[in-house]
Amino acid sequence: MTQVLAEKTIEQRLADEKISIEVEKLNLFYGQKQALHDIDMKIPEKKVTAFIGPSGCGKSTLLRCFNRMNDLVDIARVSGKINIHGNNINQPGVDVAELRRNVGMVFQKPNPFPKSIYENIAYGLRLQGINKRRVLDEVVEWALKGAALWDEVKDRLHENALGMSGGQQQRLCIARAIAVQPEVLLLDEPASALDPISTLKIEELIHELKNDYTIVIVTHNMQQAARVSDYTAFMYMGDMVEFDQTDTIFTNPSQKKTEDYITGRYG
Amino acid sequence: MSKKFFNSGQHWVWLNAGAISISIIMVVGLLGLIAVRGLSHFWPAEVKTFVVTEGDSVALVMGEIHSTEDDVQAGVERKQYLIKMGNRDVYGLDFKWLDAKNIEATSVDENVIVVERREWGNLYGYLDNVVKDGVVHEGDPQALEDIVERANDLHQQIREIEKEEIGSINYELEQLRLEQRRLELDNELTNEALAELEQQRATLEQQFLEYQQELQVLYKEIKRDSAQFSTIGGEKITLTAGNIVRAFQPNQMGFGAKLGHYFSKIGEFIFDEPREANTEGGVFPAIFGTVLMVLLMSIIVTPLGVIAAVYMREYAKQGPVTRTIRIAVNNLAGVPSIVYGVFGLGFFVYFLGGSIDELFYPEVSPAPMFGTPGLIWASLTLALLTLPVVIVSTEEGLARIPKSIREGSLALGATKFETLRKTVLPMASPAMMTGLILAVARAAGEVAPLMLVGVVKLAPTLPLDGNAPFLHLERKFMHLGFHIYDVGFQSPNVEAARPLVYATALLLVLIIILLNIAAIKIRNNLREKYKSLEQ
Repeated sequence: MTQVLAEKTIEQRLADEKISIEVEKLNLFYGQKQALHDIDMKIPEKKVTAFIGPSGCGKSTLLRCFNRMNDLVDIARVSGKINIHGNNINQPGVDVAELRRNVGMVFQKPNPFPKSIYENIAYGLRLQGINKRRVLDEVVEWALKGAALWDEVKDRLHENALGMSGGQQQRLCIARAIAVQPEVLLLDEPASALDPISTLKIEELIHELKNDYTIVIVTHNMQQAARVSDYTAFMYMGDMVEFDQTDTIFTNPSQKKTEDYITGRYG
Repeated sequence: MSKKFFNSGQHWVWLNAGAISISIIMVVGLLGLIAVRGLSHFWPAEVKTFVVTEGDSVALVMGEIHSTEDDVQAGVERKQYLIKMGNRDVYGLDFKWLDAKNIEATSVDENVIVVERREWGNLYGYLDNVVKDGVVHEGDPQALEDIVERANDLHQQIREIEKEEIGSINYELEQLRLEQRRLELDNELTNEALAELEQQRATLEQQFLEYQQELQVLYKEIKRDSAQFSTIGGEKITLTAGNIVRAFQPNQMGFGAKLGHYFSKIGEFIFDEPREANTEGGVFPAIFGTVLMVLLMSIIVTPLGVIAAVYMREYAKQGPVTRTIRIAVNNLAGVPSIVYGVFGLGFFVYFLGGSIDELFYPEVSPAPMFGTPGLIWASLTLALLTLPVVIVSTEEGLARIPKSIREGSLALGATKFETLRKTVLPMASPAMMTGLILAVARAAGEVAPLMLVGVVKLAPTLPLDGNAPFLHLERKFMHLGFHIYDVGFQSPNVEAARPLVYATALLLVLIIILLNIAAIKIRNNLREKYKSLEQ
């Protein structure tokens, strides 16, 4: 009874937002094991939505459904709908490469290519056939500024990206993702491998970026979710337990499980 | 104490260090042995005169001490010298065993002269006189030097005309003959075409005659001078200047002169063609053939191996079939190389080469062009032989690329192919080079299959020359490995050739090392460029 009530309130709140991603009856199986159970949710546009939950609860798996990264796992099977701006990305005939250009992703561990800083950012553009030096120069500068990295690296754009610190590498990955101007940015625990100062910088950056992008972030760190997100989803064992405004989740959760997790009783 | 010793693992350290030391000693010993045996051959040895008594007769023997043998027979120590006395035309043999107890006296005569000849091996003796431009100079080494230098110049000119000019005329004449035959087979041999061919042929023959005349003049010139020598036994030997490669007096030479002689001999060994059934002169065609064959093999095996590995690792569904293929590929590396030779002969040479001849070169029949052992078939056979190592190491390289890098590329909207081409393959390129290094090391040293598919003991022409199409893939070639076998075991004068076997072996090892160093340099550059993430 309470659940129905809670969903209604979130429905009402979301009614005021433009919806970017709409998930309907999403199930995901790894072989025989079901990893996601009947997920239904709406992710608002130009807001930060955080997924929290204990390890193995399926939050990364759900995130990777949004750009179909699970295609790379041979045994993964997906059913249900994910509408991004009205198009179901799970239907056959979807151009996955095109989808991934619109839905950028940043991973848990920084994964720059073993190329120069410049080439890392130009990579996505070159894939689209943009090779004009002038255009590339502009986009590289714009993306690095967007990722708050420009001042630190502007003098060594042509040095190997692997020579940067971990935090810089992760911001480079964010710059690389926004260089192709996606609509949605998926962040899979982007700060979990970084020190506190780099984490702070990433969080500030997320705050900046939500003006232009719909951001979905997976995090282990509840304080981080509380700091950066507008909406928060709590997942447990492949179920979407509760999805609401971040304030509500952290101050007045409607589910016992959510409350237990947030107060640190498990997880 | 001993328990503590074993628990500390010290015995392992000692065991490992011992194994490593034995390996190093073996490698250094091997290289040292062939280096010493091979390189000392070029050093001018002292020529000694021995007074030998056998029974009642007393004889004089002159020559270099080639080797010494000690053995004990019936309690009596017996020492023997193997003397290289040369003058094969007089004695019939180059070498003679001398019993130390028969040697009455040994002396070193300053005036002894050693003459390297184009035929019959070395001459050891004294210079009697030199006929230079009709004037007789009695025992004048300077005059001898002059006529030898002049004759070598002329010899060089003759060789250039014969090999290059006349060789290329012969090649063109052969091309004309084939052209005519081709037209004939296609029923297109009109009178005009025939006249055209005849005219070209006449021009070539005219050129040929001109060169022939030029040659005759040179031949006459080279025969102008001569020198007379006498052996220790008193026999007289007269040589025309053209027959002398070099003459020197080793017993008079100082260290500097000997060093100069040494390097000029090494230069001859590396840059000249072989003489006298490969037992004298150089090994240049064999070096050339070895390197060219290895390069061609690399060009063939790298793309083939990489493509196969990419398919197996990146595209093929991993399952029992790929597993079986992988096992089969690994086992191919263990097939004896001669089996590859037999396969190469049956499939490449007879089937593939024969078919090419039938389809594209019907005019060469009945003589085969591609349907006979040759460079391309040798390279292909060795490419097949080394394919497994390239596949295996490329696969390992691909497997080592972190998943996160692939995902990073895919997440930016790259397709699988784009990810492979722009990120994965460049990052795996050091592993490909490792495969190629192993392949080169194996291919350059391989001999057995080559004997079936293209190597000969003496190739009249290099596979790369000035006649279009410049690279003649169908030609037979010489190879250092086979050269070692041929000189060491198939030559008429095994004893004389043995140091050359060592020298050639050393050269082969050096060339393999050089090729490997080149490949390793490239790999290290690539590694530096694509430093992987885990650091």
